Amino acid sequence: MQYHYHKHDVIIVGAGGAGLMAALYAGKEVDTAVISKLYPTRSHTGAAQGGIGAALANLEEDHWEWHAYDTIKGADFIGDQDAIEFMCKDAPNVVFELEHMGLPFDRTPEGKISQRRFGGHTNNETKQAVMRACNSADRTGHMILQTLYQQCIKHNVNFYDEYQMLDLIIEDGEARGVVAYEIDTGELHVFHAKAIMLATGGWGRVWNITSNALTLTGDGPAIVARHGLPLEDMEFFQFHPTGLFKLGILITEAVRGEGGVLINGKGERFMPKYAPTVKELASRDVVSRAIYLEVLEGNGIDGKDYVYLDITPKTVNHYFEVDNSRLPNGELRHIDEDYVRAKLEDITDFCKTYVGVDPTKEPIPVQPTAHYAMGGIPTDNDTRVIANENKDPIPGLYAAGECACVSVHGGNRLGTNSLLDIVVFGRRGGKVMAEEVKQKDFKPIDAESAVAKVQAELDAILNNQGTETIAAIQQEMKNIMSKDVGVFRVEEGMAEAVKKLRELRERYKHIHIDDKGKRFNTNLMEAWQLGNLLDIALITAESALARKESRGAHARDDFKERDDENWMKHTMAYLDADGNVTLKYKPVVVTKYQPVKRVY
Amino acid sequence: MQVTLKIQRFNPEKDSAPYWKEYTIEAEPTDRVLDGLLKIKLEQDGTLTMRSSCAHGICGSDAMRINGVNRLACKSLFQEVGNNVTVEPIAGLPVIKDLVVDMEPFMEHYRSVLPFFINDDPPPEKERLQSEEDRLKFEETTKCILCGCCTTSCPTFWATDAYVGPAAIVQAHRFIFDSRDQGSAQRLEILADPDGVWRCRTIFNCTNACPREIKVTEAIAEVKKEILFSKL
Repeated sequence: MQYHYHKHDVIIVGAGGAGLMAALYAGKEVDTAVISKLYPTRSHTGAAQGGIGAALANLEEDHWEWHAYDTIKGADFIGDQDAIEFMCKDAPNVVFELEHMGLPFDRTPEGKISQRRFGGHTNNETKQAVMRACNSADRTGHMILQTLYQQCIKHNVNFYDEYQMLDLIIEDGEARGVVAYEIDTGELHVFHAKAIMLATGGWGRVWNITSNALTLTGDGPAIVARHGLPLEDMEFFQFHPTGLFKLGILITEAVRGEGGVLINGKGERFMPKYAPTVKELASRDVVSRAIYLEVLEGNGIDGKDYVYLDITPKTVNHYFEVDNSRLPNGELRHIDEDYVRAKLEDITDFCKTYVGVDPTKEPIPVQPTAHYAMGGIPTDNDTRVIANENKDPIPGLYAAGECACVSVHGGNRLGTNSLLDIVVFGRRGGKVMAEEVKQKDFKPIDAESAVAKVQAELDAILNNQGTETIAAIQQEMKNIMSKDVGVFRVEEGMAEAVKKLRELRERYKHIHIDDKGKRFNTNLMEAWQLGNLLDIALITAESALARKESRGAHARDDFKERDDENWMKHTMAYLDADGNVTLKYKPVVVTKYQPVKRVY
Repeated sequence: MQVTLKIQRFNPEKDSAPYWKEYTIEAEPTDRVLDGLLKIKLEQDGTLTMRSSCAHGICGSDAMRINGVNRLACKSLFQEVGNNVTVEPIAGLPVIKDLVVDMEPFMEHYRSVLPFFINDDPPPEKERLQSEEDRLKFEETTKCILCGCCTTSCPTFWATDAYVGPAAIVQAHRFIFDSRDQGSAQRLEILADPDGVWRCRTIFNCTNACPREIKVTEAIAEVKKEILFSKL
């Protein structure tokens, strides 16, 4: 077996916000390298728009405890409260650190970091929306990604760009390395390490309409699952209410934070029916279901499956008056076209480019779009990956960001908390890994066997003479998941989805590809990644089928209520080599907040 | 609508030189050129190779030459580019395969301008303050996504690959005009090199190519002025 061998104390897989933050922190102290299937600045952190949540109180009263409670409530009480408290308390500090790294936040008139309203973030006393989202126009994620990458260059972090992780090397219950494929050459590389962090992002590509990049294929969690390790709360996947019609491109919640309203086909503002207090700024699961229900009742625009998001100053100023919505200084809120263009510049550009709509003058057509994985690789609060319900860590293995489940987002993530999650837990993981690898030697690995296993997986695709195609299997998977494991779910549909996904997994064994070459074989990579998506889809469907309640993003027509007595627990799903999924459960960590009915 | 895409192909394992190949697909006028390329890859020829990720103009993966102009394939709709479309790799960088080029020379120039925040003073407990006015001075150049459309549309860069190129200057601009940064003198010295800003002949190709609508030529001019001014 031919392969290249590398040795680093810490290997981080994925170069989005979590991976880069971890790399900065680990890299300060120990030999650290980042493997990424993309150039780091192509990572999907760059697509995050509206802001990063932190109770800085730069414009009005706010407290990290309010942020924590909003997050717990947003999570529909299935987030782990100790982890959430840690994250929200750390938030102001980590936002200041980003500013010290040069991140160009928008500014208040006093020169402080600017903040704006976002869904689910409230003043806990008045219950009104609070300005907590620290932002840089509507490209906050872009600024975070660029800033962190710039700092990595400054601090000489090692990068292996355009290397696809194909497997983890786990021996004697300890993670000791990674096998990766150099996309340019088709050669295999073994990375021997003392600590490995997975920061591979999400898997929205399981569904038809998604805000996620083409490359978000769940590689990290799928590899972890194939090693017999559990994935947590996979049934909780967020559908963002406002994806651009047909394309699914994210239209930030900041549009609503700046005053945008949702209008149905009858010209009615419908959110007051569903969330009388905060209306459009209810949490995302609530707003997505409202849109879905409006469409079901025939209230979509022209009877179709979308509604309007209206940020035209005329409409917005009208509703500011209706709601008596005021600035902290008591003035009635008011916006004009220049303000919309300045605060939502990229959104304006997307709307013009893709649907020919100028959002300062016309409403934007939107529909829910598969957006964010609350579930993922289970970790403790120090980002250590855990192997079971007893939370026993797997030595050497860490995970952070969207691919991980700490769990700080529970059943539904609040907007701005994903950017917060990646920097808080990226930093935490970087520090913890640096400390732990200092106390530890490299353990032996059987690189030959690890490479042989991966080569066999690739050969099974390269040499396959079957008649199945990536196109057909991918499309069927997306159709199944969108129809039966989407915004609303029922028993029969999900059972059918599980059955069909099993058939698809069989068919996948007979997939053939056109490109058999070594150089830049994206055909081979896409076929391999499709295998990951199929594993993730099956685990998601099985986890969802079992949960007989409605909570957060998991909404069932046949079990409409939340059932705290039986279901206030985390799902731990184990996939075996035959494709069977075993479900176990882990208690939710409660510090001081008992579940109450969620009303916005 | 029926669209014909004429694509420059090159497989280093088989071909001695690039060649053109035509594909015909059914597409909606509002489909992106990237949708068309992916459709060909999925349905007609899996060997067709390009980079892509976010598919909405934010990640910068799919810069290519479309009808002779540098653009992102995911930000170009058939209704604008027509139903006879030529697609080639961006120019001035070595082609790896089909539409994929080696970005390393581009990234090397990027790294050469100290593209990171420099301020050695101990930071305050909270944020460093910056006025809204000062913040706006470098707003434009923070939008850069390093796609390479500007640098690889520059005739000077095609002729002299030692030229640092518009993208690297844009990245330097972002810090030079940031009131919080202390590294301007070093960056200006780097860019005052014969292969720095003075190679720019204000041809404006970069500005026209930028998918983020950054006024690249103007940013370069501001850096030139700053070099002259700081030497007075």
